[in-house]
Amino acid sequence: MFSRAAWSLVLRNRRHGTRGSHGPGGIARGEGKMPPYTNYYAQRSYPMPDEPFCTELSAEQQALKDKEKGSWTQLSHAEKVALYRLQFHETFAEMNRRSNEWKTVVGCVFFFCGFTALLIWWQHVYVFPEKPITLTDEWKARQLQRILDMKGNPVQGLASCWDYEKKQWKK
Amino acid sequence: MTCGTLPKPQMCGLLAKCLQFHIVGAFIVSLGVAAFYKFAVAEPRKMAYADFYRNYDSMKDFEELGKAGIFQSAK
Repeated sequence: MFSRAAWSLVLRNRRHGTRGSHGPGGIARGEGKMPPYTNYYAQRSYPMPDEPFCTELSAEQQALKDKEKGSWTQLSHAEKVALYRLQFHETFAEMNRRSNEWKTVVGCVFFFCGFTALLIWWQHVYVFPEKPITLTDEWKARQLQRILDMKGNPVQGLASCWDYEKKQWKK
Repeated sequence: MTCGTLPKPQMCGLLAKCLQFHIVGAFIVSLGVAAFYKFAVAEPRKMAYADFYRNYDSMKDFEELGKAGIFQSAK
């Protein structure tokens, strides 16, 4: 919200020309009243794109650029800020600001997980065939008894948890 | 214009500093993980096997297995 306010301020003060630049990613970012498809895109890992943010300058901005060619000590603070804004869209602090996008992403992830669960439930009722005989409780009990009889993994594994004298699991 | 001057940031040797930090850290982490594994997993396992086989009678074990009825060729 703050950046949008700053944006419209900049718009009103500077009468932006079109932006044209080579950015690092192909992602288009449009905010407020700016045209949505531009090439300028700075991010924390690529903070200084090849071309400046504003390429079409008004007469006033062009005069400022010409003044920049001279000694920089003659530039006032406001002029330096204006030159920065011509070259770059946002300051580092503005560019790296946090957003609440993660909440949307996490929410959508959970939503689609829930939807998938509903689909699987429907499949369980209408699609899946009968369980094979080896998964019935009786068969599994006989299987476990056979493993214990054979003393499978008697040192640290399954049979080590079975008490053979009392015929129950060790406490 | 500025409220005060910032301290001059480090200009050289950034990679070396980063590497040293990470090399030392990697050493410590890997030695720590190895030590933890040795004393939490390997030594108890060796003790468990030693305890199991200290008083192990294989013929008695064989007879118990036979009584349970799992052998097909021996009685």
